[in-house]
Amino acid sequence: MSTLPKLGPLVETHGLTLTLGGRTVLNRIDLTVGPGEIVTLIGPNGAGKTTLVRAVLGLVKPTGGMVKRMPGLRVGYMPQRLNIDATLPLTVRRFLGLWRPVDRARMDRALAEAGVAHLAGSPVQSISGGELQRVLLARALLGEPHLLVLDEPDQGVDVHGQAELFDRIAELRRTHGCGVLLVSHDLHTVMARTDKVVCLNGHVCCSGHPEDVSRHPEYHALFGRHADQLAVYVHHHDHRHTTDGHVLPGAGGDCCGPDHHHDHHHGHGEEHRHG
Amino acid sequence: MDDFILRALAAGCGIAALAGPMGSFVVWRRMAYFGDTLAHSALLGVTLGFLLGVDPTLGVMGVCVVLALVLVALQQRRALASDTVLGILSHSALSLGLVAVAFLETLRVDLIGYLFGDILSVTADDLLRIYAGGAVALALLALLWRRLLAVTVDEDLARVEGMPVTALRLAFMLLIALVIAVAMKVVGILLITSLLIIPAAAARRFARTPEQMAALAAVFGMAAVAAGILSSLHWDLPGGPSVVVAAFVLFLASNLVPVRRG
Repeated sequence: MSTLPKLGPLVETHGLTLTLGGRTVLNRIDLTVGPGEIVTLIGPNGAGKTTLVRAVLGLVKPTGGMVKRMPGLRVGYMPQRLNIDATLPLTVRRFLGLWRPVDRARMDRALAEAGVAHLAGSPVQSISGGELQRVLLARALLGEPHLLVLDEPDQGVDVHGQAELFDRIAELRRTHGCGVLLVSHDLHTVMARTDKVVCLNGHVCCSGHPEDVSRHPEYHALFGRHADQLAVYVHHHDHRHTTDGHVLPGAGGDCCGPDHHHDHHHGHGEEHRHG
Repeated sequence: MDDFILRALAAGCGIAALAGPMGSFVVWRRMAYFGDTLAHSALLGVTLGFLLGVDPTLGVMGVCVVLALVLVALQQRRALASDTVLGILSHSALSLGLVAVAFLETLRVDLIGYLFGDILSVTADDLLRIYAGGAVALALLALLWRRLLAVTVDEDLARVEGMPVTALRLAFMLLIALVIAVAMKVVGILLITSLLIIPAAAARRFARTPEQMAALAAVFGMAAVAAGILSSLHWDLPGGPSVVVAAFVLFLASNLVPVRRG
Protein backbone atom coordinates (compact mmCIF):
# COMPACT_ATOMS: atom_id res chain seq x y z
CA MET A 1 0.00 0.00 0.00
CA SER A 2 2.69 2.45 0.97
CA THR A 3 4.91 3.12 -1.95
CA LEU A 4 8.40 4.13 -1.07
CA PRO A 5 10.21 6.80 -2.98
CA LYS A 6 13.54 5.05 -2.63
CA LEU A 7 15.12 2.06 -0.99
CA GLY A 8 17.25 3.90 1.56
CA PRO A 9 16.69 3.25 5.26
CA LEU A 10 13.44 4.53 6.78
CA VAL A 11 15.22 5.61 9.89
CA GLU A 12 18.77 5.37 11.13
CA THR A 13 20.66 6.51 14.16
CA HIS A 14 24.38 7.21 14.31
CA GLY A 15 26.17 7.33 17.63
CA LEU A 16 22.91 8.18 19.35
CA THR A 17 23.67 9.09 22.95
CA LEU A 18 21.24 10.19 25.62
CA THR A 19 21.93 11.10 29.22
CA LEU A 20 19.18 11.64 31.75
CA GLY A 21 20.10 13.18 35.08
CA GLY A 22 23.79 12.32 34.65
CA ARG A 23 23.09 8.71 33.74
CA THR A 24 23.92 7.53 30.24
CA VAL A 25 20.75 5.78 29.16
CA LEU A 26 21.78 5.30 25.56
CA ASN A 27 25.41 5.04 24.56
CA ARG A 28 26.39 5.52 20.90
CA ILE A 29 23.60 3.53 19.34
CA ASP A 30 23.71 2.73 15.64
CA LEU A 31 20.38 1.42 14.43
CA THR A 32 18.91 1.09 10.97
CA VAL A 33 15.43 0.07 9.90
CA GLY A 34 14.95 -0.47 6.18
CA PRO A 35 11.74 -0.66 4.16
CA GLY A 36 9.85 -3.90 4.81
CA GLU A 37 12.29 -4.93 7.50
CA ILE A 38 11.32 -6.12 10.98
CA VAL A 39 13.83 -5.06 13.61
CA THR A 40 13.33 -6.18 17.19
CA LEU A 41 14.86 -4.45 20.20
CA ILE A 42 15.39 -6.71 23.17
CA GLY A 43 17.07 -6.15 26.49
CA PRO A 44 16.44 -6.20 30.22
CA ASN A 45 14.38 -3.59 32.06
CA GLY A 46 16.17 -0.27 32.12
CA ALA A 47 18.18 -1.17 29.01
CA GLY A 48 16.84 1.94 27.28
CA LYS A 49 14.53 0.22 24.80
CA THR A 50 11.64 2.63 25.22
CA THR A 51 14.00 5.61 25.39
CA LEU A 52 15.58 4.55 22.10
CA VAL A 53 12.14 4.24 20.53
CA ARG A 54 11.20 7.69 21.82
CA ALA A 55 14.40 9.13 20.38
CA VAL A 56 13.70 7.50 17.02
CA LEU A 57 10.21 9.01 17.11
CA GLY A 58 11.59 12.45 17.95
CA LEU A 59 9.86 12.52 21.35
CA VAL A 60 13.14 13.03 23.21
CA LYS A 61 16.16 14.98 22.02
CA PRO A 62 19.39 13.01 21.91
CA THR A 63 22.33 14.42 23.87
CA GLY A 64 24.70 13.36 21.13
CA GLY A 65 24.73 11.66 17.77
CA MET A 66 21.92 11.87 15.28
CA VAL A 67 18.62 10.40 14.21
CA LYS A 68 17.92 10.50 10.50
CA ARG A 69 14.42 9.91 9.23
CA MET A 70 13.58 9.46 5.57
CA PRO A 71 12.09 12.72 4.29
CA GLY A 72 8.29 12.50 4.38
CA LEU A 73 8.41 9.43 6.58
CA ARG A 74 5.02 8.43 7.96
CA VAL A 75 5.23 6.66 11.28
CA GLY A 76 2.53 4.55 12.89
CA TYR A 77 3.29 4.48 16.60
CA MET A 78 1.80 2.05 19.05
CA PRO A 79 2.63 3.04 22.63
CA GLN A 80 2.88 0.61 25.52
CA ARG A 81 -0.27 1.87 27.12
CA LEU A 82 -2.81 4.63 27.03
CA ASN A 83 -4.39 6.43 29.96
CA ILE A 84 -7.64 7.99 28.85
CA ASP A 85 -9.65 9.61 31.61
CA ALA A 86 -12.88 7.74 32.29
CA THR A 87 -14.82 11.00 32.09
CA LEU A 88 -14.14 11.30 28.34
CA PRO A 89 -16.95 9.58 26.44
CA LEU A 90 -15.10 8.10 23.51
CA THR A 91 -15.92 5.09 21.40
CA VAL A 92 -13.22 3.11 19.62
CA ARG A 93 -14.40 4.57 16.31
CA ARG A 94 -14.18 8.16 17.57
CA PHE A 95 -10.75 7.41 19.02
CA LEU A 96 -9.55 6.28 15.59
CA GLY A 97 -10.90 9.44 13.98
CA LEU A 98 -9.09 11.87 16.26
CA TRP A 99 -5.74 11.75 14.52
CA ARG A 100 -6.75 12.57 10.99
CA PRO A 101 -9.98 12.78 9.06
CA VAL A 102 -10.79 9.16 8.15
CA ASP A 103 -13.94 7.79 6.58
CA ARG A 104 -15.88 5.05 8.30
CA ALA A 105 -15.15 2.33 5.76
CA ARG A 106 -11.39 2.72 6.18
CA MET A 107 -11.72 2.68 9.95
CA ASP A 108 -13.70 -0.54 9.84
CA ARG A 109 -11.15 -2.06 7.46
CA ALA A 110 -8.28 -1.17 9.78
CA LEU A 111 -10.17 -2.58 12.78
CA ALA A 112 -10.82 -5.77 10.84
CA GLU A 113 -7.15 -6.01 9.89
CA ALA A 114 -6.24 -5.78 13.55
CA GLY A 115 -8.92 -8.35 14.39
CA VAL A 116 -11.17 -6.11 16.48
CA ALA A 117 -13.96 -5.10 14.08
CA HIS A 118 -16.59 -5.88 16.71
CA LEU A 119 -15.28 -3.20 19.09
CA ALA A 120 -15.98 -0.16 16.90
CA GLY A 121 -18.87 1.09 19.03
CA SER A 122 -17.44 0.25 22.46
CA PRO A 123 -16.18 2.92 24.85
CA VAL A 124 -12.41 2.88 24.54
CA GLN A 125 -11.96 2.67 28.33
CA SER A 126 -14.09 -0.46 28.57
CA ILE A 127 -12.03 -2.81 26.38
CA SER A 128 -9.34 -5.15 27.71
CA GLY A 129 -5.59 -4.54 27.50
CA GLY A 130 -5.16 -7.00 24.65
CA GLU A 131 -8.05 -5.48 22.72
CA LEU A 132 -6.64 -2.00 23.27
CA GLN A 133 -3.31 -3.14 21.81
CA ARG A 134 -5.14 -4.18 18.64
CA VAL A 135 -7.10 -0.95 18.48
CA LEU A 136 -3.81 0.92 18.79
CA LEU A 137 -2.44 -1.21 15.97
CA ALA A 138 -5.46 -0.34 13.82
CA ARG A 139 -4.91 3.33 14.62
CA ALA A 140 -1.28 3.09 13.57
CA LEU A 141 -2.31 1.47 10.26
CA LEU A 142 -4.76 4.26 9.39
CA GLY A 143 -1.93 6.66 8.65
CA GLU A 144 -0.60 4.39 5.87
CA PRO A 145 2.73 4.28 7.68
CA HIS A 146 6.10 3.54 6.08
CA LEU A 147 7.31 2.52 9.51
CA LEU A 148 5.41 0.84 12.33
CA VAL A 149 6.88 1.43 15.78
CA LEU A 150 5.50 -0.98 18.34
CA ASP A 151 6.53 -0.63 21.97
CA GLU A 152 6.01 -3.99 23.67
CA PRO A 153 2.91 -4.95 21.74
CA ASP A 154 2.90 -8.25 23.63
CA GLN A 155 2.19 -6.59 26.98
CA GLY A 156 -0.95 -7.83 28.65
CA VAL A 157 -1.38 -10.48 25.99
CA ASP A 158 -1.14 -14.18 26.84
CA VAL A 159 1.37 -16.47 25.14
CA HIS A 160 -1.10 -17.73 22.57
CA GLY A 161 -2.19 -14.17 21.81
CA GLN A 162 1.45 -13.10 21.49
CA ALA A 163 2.20 -15.62 18.75
CA GLU A 164 -0.98 -14.57 16.96
CA LEU A 165 -0.09 -10.89 17.33
CA PHE A 166 3.40 -11.33 15.93
CA ASP A 167 2.01 -13.36 13.02
CA ARG A 168 -0.37 -10.49 12.37
CA ILE A 169 2.47 -7.97 12.45
CA ALA A 170 4.48 -10.07 10.00
CA GLU A 171 1.39 -10.27 7.79
CA LEU A 172 0.93 -6.49 7.95
CA ARG A 173 4.53 -6.04 6.90
CA ARG A 174 3.78 -8.11 3.81
CA THR A 175 0.49 -6.43 2.91
CA HIS A 176 1.53 -2.86 3.71
CA GLY A 177 5.18 -3.16 2.83
CA CYS A 178 6.12 -1.16 5.90
CA GLY A 179 9.18 -1.49 8.06
CA VAL A 180 8.66 -2.47 11.69
CA LEU A 181 10.60 -1.44 14.78
CA LEU A 182 9.49 -3.63 17.63
CA VAL A 183 10.32 -3.64 21.33
CA SER A 184 10.01 -6.94 23.07
CA HIS A 185 11.55 -8.67 26.01
CA ASP A 186 10.91 -12.08 24.62
CA LEU A 187 13.27 -13.13 21.88
CA HIS A 188 11.76 -16.58 21.86
CA THR A 189 8.36 -15.46 20.59
CA VAL A 190 9.62 -13.00 18.01
CA MET A 191 12.51 -15.18 16.84
CA ALA A 192 10.83 -16.68 13.78
CA ARG A 193 9.16 -13.43 12.78
CA THR A 194 11.94 -10.89 12.88
CA ASP A 195 14.68 -10.10 10.39
CA LYS A 196 17.08 -8.47 12.78
CA VAL A 197 17.51 -8.42 16.53
CA VAL A 198 19.25 -5.65 18.40
CA CYS A 199 20.23 -6.60 21.91
CA LEU A 200 20.34 -3.47 24.01
CA ASN A 201 21.73 -2.68 27.42
CA GLY A 202 22.49 1.03 27.32
CA HIS A 203 24.71 0.22 24.38
CA VAL A 204 24.18 -2.25 21.56
CA CYS A 205 25.51 -5.55 22.92
CA CYS A 206 25.05 -7.42 19.71
CA SER A 207 22.81 -7.36 16.70
CA GLY A 208 22.05 -9.43 13.65
CA HIS A 209 19.91 -12.38 12.69
CA PRO A 210 17.93 -13.80 15.59
CA GLU A 211 19.75 -17.15 15.49
CA ASP A 212 23.15 -15.46 15.53
CA VAL A 213 22.17 -13.19 18.38
CA SER A 214 20.83 -16.05 20.44
CA ARG A 215 24.27 -17.69 20.13
CA HIS A 216 26.22 -14.50 20.76
CA PRO A 217 28.35 -14.51 23.93
CA GLU A 218 27.36 -10.90 24.74
CA TYR A 219 23.74 -11.90 24.63
CA HIS A 220 24.40 -14.82 26.95
CA ALA A 221 26.44 -12.68 29.28
CA LEU A 222 23.76 -10.00 29.39
CA PHE A 223 20.83 -12.24 30.03
CA GLY A 224 22.83 -14.61 32.20
CA ARG A 225 24.07 -11.81 34.43
CA HIS A 226 20.71 -10.15 34.66
CA ALA A 227 19.06 -13.44 35.28
CA ASP A 228 21.14 -13.51 38.44
CA GLN A 229 20.43 -9.94 39.46
CA LEU A 230 16.76 -9.84 38.76
CA ALA A 231 14.44 -12.08 40.64
CA VAL A 232 14.27 -14.96 38.24
CA TYR A 233 12.57 -18.27 38.47
CA VAL A 234 13.65 -20.93 36.05
CA HIS A 235 11.64 -24.07 36.41
CA HIS A 236 12.60 -25.72 33.19
CA HIS A 237 14.79 -24.97 30.20
CA ASP A 238 11.93 -23.70 28.12
CA HIS A 239 9.79 -22.20 30.81
CA ARG A 240 10.93 -19.08 32.61
CA HIS A 241 9.34 -16.25 34.51
CA THR A 242 10.69 -13.09 36.01
CA THR A 243 8.80 -11.10 38.57
CA ASP A 244 9.61 -7.83 36.83
CA GLY A 245 7.65 -8.95 33.84
CA HIS A 246 10.30 -9.92 31.41
CA VAL A 247 10.54 -13.34 30.01
CA LEU A 248 13.83 -14.82 29.01
CA PRO A 249 14.31 -17.02 25.97
CA GLY A 250 14.48 -20.64 26.80
CA ALA A 251 16.76 -21.89 24.08
CA GLY A 252 18.74 -24.04 26.48
CA GLY A 253 21.26 -23.97 29.27
CA ASP A 254 24.05 -22.61 27.10
CA CYS A 255 22.44 -19.22 26.82
CA CYS A 256 23.07 -18.42 30.42
CA GLY A 257 26.07 -17.03 32.23
CA PRO A 258 28.84 -19.28 33.58
CA ASP A 259 27.59 -19.00 37.14
CA HIS A 260 24.09 -19.96 36.20
CA HIS A 261 22.38 -23.08 37.45
CA HIS A 262 20.24 -24.74 34.89
CA ASP A 263 17.18 -25.69 36.84
CA HIS A 264 15.29 -23.94 39.58
CA HIS A 265 17.33 -20.84 39.68
CA HIS A 266 16.10 -18.20 42.09
CA GLY A 267 17.98 -14.96 41.84
CA HIS A 268 17.17 -11.85 43.78
CA GLY A 269 18.61 -8.44 43.42
CA GLU A 270 18.18 -4.87 42.41
CA GLU A 271 15.70 -3.98 39.79
CA HIS A 272 16.62 -1.51 37.10
CA ARG A 273 13.95 0.81 36.05
CA HIS A 274 13.68 4.06 34.25
CA GLY A 275 11.01 6.22 32.65
CA MET B 1 -39.28 41.14 34.42
CA ASP B 2 -36.86 43.92 35.19
CA ASP B 3 -34.04 44.69 32.81
CA PHE B 4 -31.34 43.83 35.31
CA ILE B 5 -32.80 40.35 35.73
CA LEU B 6 -32.84 39.80 31.97
CA ARG B 7 -29.28 41.05 31.72
CA ALA B 8 -28.24 38.72 34.53
CA LEU B 9 -29.92 35.76 32.83
CA ALA B 10 -28.39 36.62 29.46
CA ALA B 11 -24.92 37.01 30.98
CA GLY B 12 -25.19 33.79 32.96
CA CYS B 13 -26.46 31.78 30.00
CA GLY B 14 -23.71 33.15 27.76
CA ILE B 15 -21.09 32.09 30.25
CA ALA B 16 -22.71 28.69 30.77
CA ALA B 17 -22.68 28.09 27.01
CA LEU B 18 -18.93 28.69 27.02
CA ALA B 19 -18.26 26.94 30.32
CA GLY B 20 -19.96 23.71 29.16
CA PRO B 21 -17.48 22.72 26.45
CA MET B 22 -14.50 24.36 28.18
CA GLY B 23 -15.36 22.71 31.48
CA SER B 24 -15.66 19.32 29.75
CA PHE B 25 -12.06 19.70 28.61
CA VAL B 26 -11.00 20.79 32.09
CA VAL B 27 -12.55 17.59 33.46
CA TRP B 28 -11.09 15.33 30.73
CA ARG B 29 -7.64 16.84 31.14
CA ARG B 30 -7.88 16.78 34.95
CA MET B 31 -7.13 20.47 35.12
CA ALA B 32 -9.71 21.54 37.71
CA TYR B 33 -7.09 22.69 40.18
CA PHE B 34 -5.12 24.32 37.40
CA GLY B 35 -8.18 26.35 36.42
CA ASP B 36 -8.71 27.28 40.04
CA THR B 37 -5.12 28.53 40.30
CA LEU B 38 -5.50 30.68 37.20
CA ALA B 39 -8.79 32.07 38.49
CA HIS B 40 -7.21 33.01 41.81
CA SER B 41 -4.70 35.19 40.00
CA ALA B 42 -7.47 37.19 38.35
CA LEU B 43 -7.70 39.73 41.17
CA LEU B 44 -4.04 40.56 40.71
CA GLY B 45 -4.80 40.98 37.01
CA VAL B 46 -7.62 43.40 37.72
CA THR B 47 -5.40 45.50 39.98
CA LEU B 48 -2.55 45.53 37.47
CA GLY B 49 -5.03 46.48 34.78
CA PHE B 50 -6.11 49.51 36.80
CA LEU B 51 -2.50 50.41 37.57
CA LEU B 52 -1.43 50.27 33.94
CA GLY B 53 -4.59 51.93 32.75
CA VAL B 54 -5.65 49.02 30.57
CA ASP B 55 -8.90 47.11 30.47
CA PRO B 56 -9.15 44.77 33.48
CA THR B 57 -10.00 41.90 31.10
CA LEU B 58 -6.61 42.35 29.47
CA GLY B 59 -4.96 42.54 32.89
CA VAL B 60 -6.59 39.26 33.91
CA MET B 61 -5.60 37.55 30.65
CA GLY B 62 -2.04 38.80 30.97
CA VAL B 63 -1.57 37.61 34.54
CA CYS B 64 -3.24 34.26 33.74
CA VAL B 65 -0.92 33.66 30.80
CA VAL B 66 2.19 34.54 32.80
CA LEU B 67 1.04 32.27 35.62
CA ALA B 68 0.29 29.44 33.18
CA LEU B 69 3.79 29.71 31.71
CA VAL B 70 5.39 29.75 35.18
CA LEU B 71 3.34 26.70 36.09
CA VAL B 72 4.39 24.76 33.02
CA ALA B 73 8.04 25.69 33.62
CA LEU B 74 7.88 24.63 37.28
CA GLN B 75 6.10 21.40 36.44
CA GLN B 76 8.70 20.48 33.88
CA ARG B 77 11.49 20.83 36.44
CA ARG B 78 9.66 18.30 38.56
CA ALA B 79 11.37 19.39 41.76
CA LEU B 80 7.96 19.53 43.45
CA ALA B 81 4.78 17.59 42.91
CA SER B 82 2.25 19.23 40.64
CA ASP B 83 -0.38 19.79 43.30
CA THR B 84 2.19 21.43 45.58
CA VAL B 85 3.22 23.83 42.82
CA LEU B 86 -0.43 24.60 42.08
CA GLY B 87 -1.17 25.14 45.77
CA ILE B 88 1.75 27.53 46.19
CA LEU B 89 0.88 29.59 43.14
CA SER B 90 -2.87 29.52 43.69
CA HIS B 91 -2.84 30.96 47.19
CA SER B 92 0.11 33.25 46.59
CA ALA B 93 -1.59 34.75 43.55
CA LEU B 94 -4.83 35.32 45.45
CA SER B 95 -2.99 36.87 48.40
CA LEU B 96 -0.92 39.06 46.12
CA GLY B 97 -4.14 40.26 44.54
CA LEU B 98 -5.72 41.03 47.93
CA VAL B 99 -2.57 42.78 49.15
CA ALA B 100 -2.31 44.79 45.95
CA VAL B 101 -5.93 45.93 46.29
CA ALA B 102 -5.35 46.99 49.91
CA PHE B 103 -2.15 48.80 48.97
CA LEU B 104 -3.81 50.99 46.39
CA GLU B 105 -6.10 52.88 48.70
CA THR B 106 -7.14 55.22 45.94
CA LEU B 107 -8.41 52.26 43.97
CA ARG B 108 -12.04 51.53 44.70
CA VAL B 109 -12.55 47.90 44.00
CA ASP B 110 -15.69 46.02 44.92
CA LEU B 111 -13.72 43.19 46.50
CA ILE B 112 -16.70 41.00 47.35
CA GLY B 113 -17.98 41.49 43.80
CA TYR B 114 -14.73 40.21 42.34
CA LEU B 115 -14.44 37.31 44.78
CA PHE B 116 -18.01 36.07 44.63
CA GLY B 117 -19.47 37.77 41.59
CA ASP B 118 -22.23 40.29 41.23
CA ILE B 119 -24.49 38.90 38.58
CA LEU B 120 -27.40 41.24 39.29
CA SER B 121 -25.31 44.30 38.49
CA VAL B 122 -24.31 43.18 34.99
CA THR B 123 -24.32 46.13 32.61
CA ALA B 124 -24.95 46.24 28.88
CA ASP B 125 -21.21 46.75 28.52
CA ASP B 126 -20.50 43.59 30.51
CA LEU B 127 -22.95 41.68 28.32
CA LEU B 128 -21.16 42.81 25.19
CA ARG B 129 -17.85 41.78 26.71
CA ILE B 130 -19.19 38.35 27.70
CA TYR B 131 -20.74 37.63 24.31
CA ALA B 132 -17.83 38.95 22.25
CA GLY B 133 -15.22 37.14 24.37
CA GLY B 134 -17.37 34.04 24.54
CA ALA B 135 -17.89 33.94 20.78
CA VAL B 136 -14.15 34.23 20.15
CA ALA B 137 -13.40 31.50 22.70
CA LEU B 138 -16.07 29.14 21.33
CA ALA B 139 -14.94 29.68 17.74
CA LEU B 140 -11.33 28.91 18.71
CA LEU B 141 -12.44 25.85 20.65
CA ALA B 142 -14.47 24.55 17.70
CA LEU B 143 -11.51 25.12 15.40
CA LEU B 144 -9.12 23.19 17.65
CA TRP B 145 -11.68 20.65 18.85
CA ARG B 146 -10.39 17.44 17.22
CA ARG B 147 -6.75 18.22 17.87
CA LEU B 148 -7.39 19.19 21.49
CA LEU B 149 -9.19 15.88 21.95
CA ALA B 150 -6.22 14.05 20.42
CA VAL B 151 -3.78 15.83 22.75
CA THR B 152 -6.07 15.04 25.70
CA VAL B 153 -6.07 11.35 24.79
CA ASP B 154 -2.28 11.04 24.38
CA GLU B 155 0.31 13.75 23.89
CA ASP B 156 2.99 11.42 22.53
CA LEU B 157 0.69 9.99 19.89
CA ALA B 158 -0.38 13.50 18.89
CA ARG B 159 3.26 14.56 18.63
CA VAL B 160 4.20 11.58 16.46
CA GLU B 161 1.25 12.45 14.21
CA GLY B 162 2.83 15.86 13.74
CA MET B 163 0.42 17.91 15.86
CA PRO B 164 1.82 21.06 17.53
CA VAL B 165 1.24 19.75 21.05
CA THR B 166 2.90 22.58 22.98
CA ALA B 167 1.04 25.21 20.97
CA LEU B 168 -2.25 23.39 21.53
CA ARG B 169 -1.65 23.21 25.28
CA LEU B 170 -0.85 26.91 25.38
CA ALA B 171 -3.93 27.69 23.31
CA PHE B 172 -6.06 25.78 25.78
CA MET B 173 -4.59 27.68 28.74
CA LEU B 174 -5.27 30.91 26.91
CA LEU B 175 -8.87 29.82 26.44
CA ILE B 176 -9.20 29.14 30.16
CA ALA B 177 -7.79 32.60 30.85
CA LEU B 178 -10.38 34.07 28.50
CA VAL B 179 -13.21 32.20 30.23
CA ILE B 180 -12.02 33.45 33.62
CA ALA B 181 -11.82 37.00 32.36
CA VAL B 182 -15.39 37.01 31.05
CA ALA B 183 -16.96 34.88 33.80
CA MET B 184 -15.38 36.74 36.72
CA LYS B 185 -18.17 39.29 36.91
CA VAL B 186 -20.89 36.68 37.18
CA VAL B 187 -19.68 34.09 39.68
CA GLY B 188 -16.48 35.66 40.99
CA ILE B 189 -12.94 34.33 40.89
CA LEU B 190 -13.40 31.97 43.83
CA LEU B 191 -16.29 30.16 42.19
CA ILE B 192 -15.44 30.17 38.47
CA THR B 193 -14.04 26.63 38.46
CA SER B 194 -17.31 25.30 39.83
CA LEU B 195 -19.17 26.62 36.80
CA LEU B 196 -16.61 24.85 34.60
CA ILE B 197 -16.56 21.45 36.24
CA ILE B 198 -19.90 20.88 37.99
CA PRO B 199 -22.16 21.00 34.90
CA ALA B 200 -19.62 18.92 32.92
CA ALA B 201 -19.43 16.33 35.68
CA ALA B 202 -23.23 16.21 35.84
CA ALA B 203 -23.41 15.70 32.06
CA ARG B 204 -20.94 12.82 31.92
CA ARG B 205 -23.35 10.00 32.68
CA PHE B 206 -25.75 10.98 29.90
CA ALA B 207 -23.21 11.49 27.11
CA ARG B 208 -21.95 8.96 24.57
CA THR B 209 -19.72 11.37 22.67
CA PRO B 210 -17.51 14.31 23.69
CA GLU B 211 -19.83 16.69 21.84
CA GLN B 212 -22.91 15.42 23.68
CA MET B 213 -21.15 15.97 26.99
CA ALA B 214 -20.10 19.50 26.04
CA ALA B 215 -23.59 20.47 24.84
CA LEU B 216 -25.33 18.90 27.82
CA ALA B 217 -22.91 20.61 30.20
CA ALA B 218 -23.84 23.94 28.59
CA VAL B 219 -27.56 23.19 29.05
CA PHE B 220 -27.05 22.12 32.69
CA GLY B 221 -25.02 25.27 33.28
CA MET B 222 -27.80 27.45 31.88
CA ALA B 223 -30.36 25.69 34.04
CA ALA B 224 -28.19 26.26 37.10
CA VAL B 225 -27.75 29.94 36.20
CA ALA B 226 -31.51 30.45 35.79
CA ALA B 227 -32.36 28.58 38.99
CA GLY B 228 -29.62 30.38 40.89
CA ILE B 229 -30.63 33.86 39.77
CA LEU B 230 -34.32 33.31 40.39
CA SER B 231 -33.78 31.87 43.86
CA SER B 232 -31.35 34.66 44.63
CA LEU B 233 -34.08 37.18 43.79
CA HIS B 234 -36.80 35.30 45.58
CA TRP B 235 -34.97 34.73 48.84
CA ASP B 236 -32.56 37.67 48.59
CA LEU B 237 -29.48 35.43 48.41
CA PRO B 238 -26.03 36.23 47.00
CA GLY B 239 -26.13 35.61 43.22
CA GLY B 240 -22.87 33.76 42.46
CA PRO B 241 -23.09 31.28 45.34
CA SER B 242 -26.77 30.64 44.53
CA VAL B 243 -25.82 29.67 40.98
CA VAL B 244 -23.15 27.29 42.26
CA VAL B 245 -25.54 25.75 44.79
CA ALA B 246 -28.10 25.26 42.00
CA ALA B 247 -25.41 23.56 39.88
CA PHE B 248 -24.53 21.32 42.81
CA VAL B 249 -28.15 20.32 43.36
CA LEU B 250 -28.38 19.55 39.65
CA PHE B 251 -25.25 17.42 39.89
CA LEU B 252 -26.68 15.47 42.82
CA ALA B 253 -29.97 15.01 40.99
CA SER B 254 -28.16 13.83 37.86
CA ASN B 255 -26.65 11.00 39.87
CA LEU B 256 -30.08 9.79 40.90
CA VAL B 257 -31.37 9.46 37.34
CA PRO B 258 -30.93 5.89 36.14
CA VAL B 259 -28.94 5.59 32.92
CA ARG B 260 -28.72 2.52 30.76
CA ARG B 261 -25.05 1.98 30.02
CA GLY B 262 -24.22 0.20 26.81
